[in-house]
Amino acid sequence: MSKILPAGTPAPDFTLRVTPDQTLSLKELRGRPVILAFYPADWSPVCGDQMALYNEVLPEFHRFNAELLGISVDGVWCHAAFSHDHNLHFPLLADFEPKGAVAKLYGVYRDGEGVSERALFVVDKSGTISWSYLSPVAVNPGADGILEALENLPK
Amino acid sequence: MAKLKVPVSPADHAQGPADAPVTLVEYGDYECPYCGRAYPVVKALQKRLGKQLRFVFRNFPLRETHHHAEAAAETAEFAATQDKFWEMHDLIYENQQDLSDELLSDLAKRLKLDATDLARALETGEFAERVQKDFSGGVRSGVNGTPTFFINGQRHDADFELETLARAISEALP
Repeated sequence: MSKILPAGTPAPDFTLRVTPDQTLSLKELRGRPVILAFYPADWSPVCGDQMALYNEVLPEFHRFNAELLGISVDGVWCHAAFSHDHNLHFPLLADFEPKGAVAKLYGVYRDGEGVSERALFVVDKSGTISWSYLSPVAVNPGADGILEALENLPK
Repeated sequence: MAKLKVPVSPADHAQGPADAPVTLVEYGDYECPYCGRAYPVVKALQKRLGKQLRFVFRNFPLRETHHHAEAAAETAEFAATQDKFWEMHDLIYENQQDLSDELLSDLAKRLKLDATDLARALETGEFAERVQKDFSGGVRSGVNGTPTFFINGQRHDADFELETLARAISEALP
């Protein structure tokens, strides 16, 4: 089992699908902080859903000019339905083919289950990981750690 | 382990003695069905623990998911200005399945509050800042959904069944 990439590591670049006909590369967002939120699966059956929470906290992330990307192994159509249902205002990336490749790159893939960990990264504007956090998979990590990491970024 | 970053203060809505050995803080959303399920659980805890427990409710409306959560939170804050926070809080949860703008107005009338004043307050967002302050403080404290409970300032990560919460609270008792 690989280890989660720590702070100080250059964030590996990737290109993933955001919608059936659109892709997004991490390097396109260079120049502003990026939050990568890996999570196991769409449609977790609680109001405590992590993505729904981040959707509510989005204005606070934007105060730091930060971009939030949700990443799971679900496919684009699944993401589209989930995003629509939850009225999400940020992109969900499909780490679908080859499955979990980006999660593996960041050291947050759960081999046995075939899903990613619940893991958070804050990438600074020059593309270096400035904070990373691996949450117990059953515990929604909330947003406090992300906000603290954004606050600690050099101005 | 996430900790409550905003200490309980006189600005909070609290039930039970200020010097109770245990303070239970709930961050809740009036439209969230899980909060609806937690409502009788908290009542049962209060009954069982009496003066040993202080209960504080803070707003955490998930506005994008629950379209009446914000209005409901502001309605309870409106009621609070006339010392009727808890009456309104209880009535909203007891009628949660029918939550609507109309219901909020009816509940105000039932508590002999001025429904016109309420409508104006909701329209101007008079209590929006207060609700937002609760929400932001909750985010900073690691609130990760609704309901989120804190027992003496520590986030309770287990479920909120009566016996689970009761056990966690008894462990926090000195």
